[in-house]
Amino acid sequence: METVIEIRNIAKRYHLGEGARMYGSFREVLSRPFRRSAPKNADGVRKPVDSFWALKDVSLDVQKGDTIGVIGSNGAGKSTLLKIISRITDPSSGHIKVRGRIGSLLEVGTGFHPELTGRENIYLNGAILGMRKTEIDANFDAITGFAGIGAFLDTPVKRYSSGMYVRLAFSIAAHLDPEILIVDEVLAVGDVAFQKKCLGKMAEACSRARTVLFVSHNLAAVENICNRGIVLHRGEVAFDGKSKDAINFYLHDLEDNSAVRQSHIVDLSNSPNRVPKYHPHLKRLELFDENDRPLRGDVPTGSRLKAVVYFNLETPCKTFDASVAFDTLGGQRICTAHSAYEPDRIHEERTGEQVFVCEIPSLPLVPGEYKIHVGLDISSDEVDWVEDATRLTVTRSDFYGTGVVPTKGVFLMPNRWELEPAREEVAI
Amino acid sequence: MSSTIELMIKPRKGWQPVDLRELWLYRELLGFLVWRDVKVRYKQTLLGGLWALLQPLIAMLIFGVLFTKVAPIRTDGSPYPLFVFAGLIPWTFFANSVTLASNSLIGSEQMIRKIYFPRIFVPFGMIAALGLDMLISFAFMGILLWYYHWPLSLRMLWLPAFVAGCFLATGGLGLILAAVNVRYRDVKYMVPFFTQMAFFLTPVIYPLRYLPHNLRFVLGLNPMAGMVEGFRYALLGSNVSWPLIYVSTATSLVLFVAGLFFFRRLERTFADVI
Repeated sequence: METVIEIRNIAKRYHLGEGARMYGSFREVLSRPFRRSAPKNADGVRKPVDSFWALKDVSLDVQKGDTIGVIGSNGAGKSTLLKIISRITDPSSGHIKVRGRIGSLLEVGTGFHPELTGRENIYLNGAILGMRKTEIDANFDAITGFAGIGAFLDTPVKRYSSGMYVRLAFSIAAHLDPEILIVDEVLAVGDVAFQKKCLGKMAEACSRARTVLFVSHNLAAVENICNRGIVLHRGEVAFDGKSKDAINFYLHDLEDNSAVRQSHIVDLSNSPNRVPKYHPHLKRLELFDENDRPLRGDVPTGSRLKAVVYFNLETPCKTFDASVAFDTLGGQRICTAHSAYEPDRIHEERTGEQVFVCEIPSLPLVPGEYKIHVGLDISSDEVDWVEDATRLTVTRSDFYGTGVVPTKGVFLMPNRWELEPAREEVAI
Repeated sequence: MSSTIELMIKPRKGWQPVDLRELWLYRELLGFLVWRDVKVRYKQTLLGGLWALLQPLIAMLIFGVLFTKVAPIRTDGSPYPLFVFAGLIPWTFFANSVTLASNSLIGSEQMIRKIYFPRIFVPFGMIAALGLDMLISFAFMGILLWYYHWPLSLRMLWLPAFVAGCFLATGGLGLILAAVNVRYRDVKYMVPFFTQMAFFLTPVIYPLRYLPHNLRFVLGLNPMAGMVEGFRYALLGSNVSWPLIYVSTATSLVLFVAGLFFFRRLERTFADVI
């Protein structure tokens, strides 16, 4: 096996205080010598510079042909690692040896210029990604074909729909053919159909025995594509092994908030998982079991579940809807219960504290662990959304009343089967 | 078989020269960036490339009226419009290039944060693209020379040298300002003011003769002073101060080399602080 990337003791420090000061003006710099003594605390000790180690001592060997999925929660250092390997930023210490041509894809459509046409952007973006003009020429038809933008080739991309834009951007990237490919979370773009197509293209690229480093929150994609998984946790390698094992390690052994799973009465007003731009309208989520008692712990497949959403309407409004969405741990949306789906719901003007009660007569989820998100819409616009408000473990039960417990797939579908009466053979 | 490219990534320390081999590897990208900057600059404008000409042209007309009718300036023989336009060609190039180059990196923030390429190409591409504007002005200069029946001469062969000097001065200053701008956005506000003031410290609208002797030498520290003189010498055969041109050329060279090193030094933190 040939080692193509040799990562040795890589560390990266970001200066927090200093960083903030970096955005300051000359005035700050000019006055700094005069304020030497200022940042001392009461004990007369100089305040240490606030710094944050995004990576501490990461060492890895990447073999030729490896397809590595790098997973880890936000802030674990995944993107920093890829940025260092792609030479976008320097490490603070350590070194990396790379053998082969690197192509990195930390974002699709980097350097796209809105005023330029699709055709022009293919050449520009291709060159930025490191393709030679002859390479772009050779792949041109494949790129436009994959993106499906034929008729708009000579239209400025600022007139493209966002879907078209992303499709074009991805297909240029997908035709990049370096020896080592570095990909950061770029598959989270486009509609589901296109994402599927991209994953297919990625898998194809990976099977061409290239070396791939792939960061994603889409654990299913990591499992499908990668042969090796690395879990980063707080800037260190926490696990390195088969991708499936890495995912298991990430989901089960790394979870430090196991207590949260027990109670399903969740205060949403100060939730750190709220989409940052939203003002906290949602106050609380409560889950109740089939006996209308507050749900503790797990819930069996097919049982009744009641979700109560408390929220606040600051101004009088008539059209408002709450929703409760279910995702797999891998981040795949399974279904959404939405008050807008209720034909008999009351529409009247309300303000202040409100409560929506959602009843799910039979929870159609296969045993496993699920994330629950809560959202609020006013006049059909999303005004609040709390991601991963709580996690629900669905346990086995005799859903179909046959003793056969379904475990495959993600949801259960009522279905009927009937065996036709035995037919008699008709001789011809 | 493919393991030919070996790359070592480690913290870079101190002053480092420009990696010419790498610039050569990425040469196609520079071409594309220049091409993009040319294409994009006058997109969705009515007059398009004509703008490249309008700026020095209008300046010439205004200065022409001002300094022949209102407060006459005596040139050494050449008609004032010729005199001022020959100075406006390098000056307009310089002022526009420094302004655009100094903002070029922060305008490419997204690219700098997401992909690696020689960052030096961003300000350079911008300046090279403006070279095209200068070419358009030269064409107009040709028309002016023809209109005034100004004789052509072999001195014009000096022109490429002074154009190169302009690129050195502009490149050096552009690199330094672009790099500083990444960290301190003060540059953005400083540059327009600075170019406006520098205009008066460059003998564009007045001949050098108007300045006292001891000031002329100091003016050489303004790289564009010598270049403007050079342009006049090459295009119009004006009587110019060669010492000034030498000092300006030296300043331009120093500025350029300093710009390269300074840029390389700051380059490694661009992605983190931009």
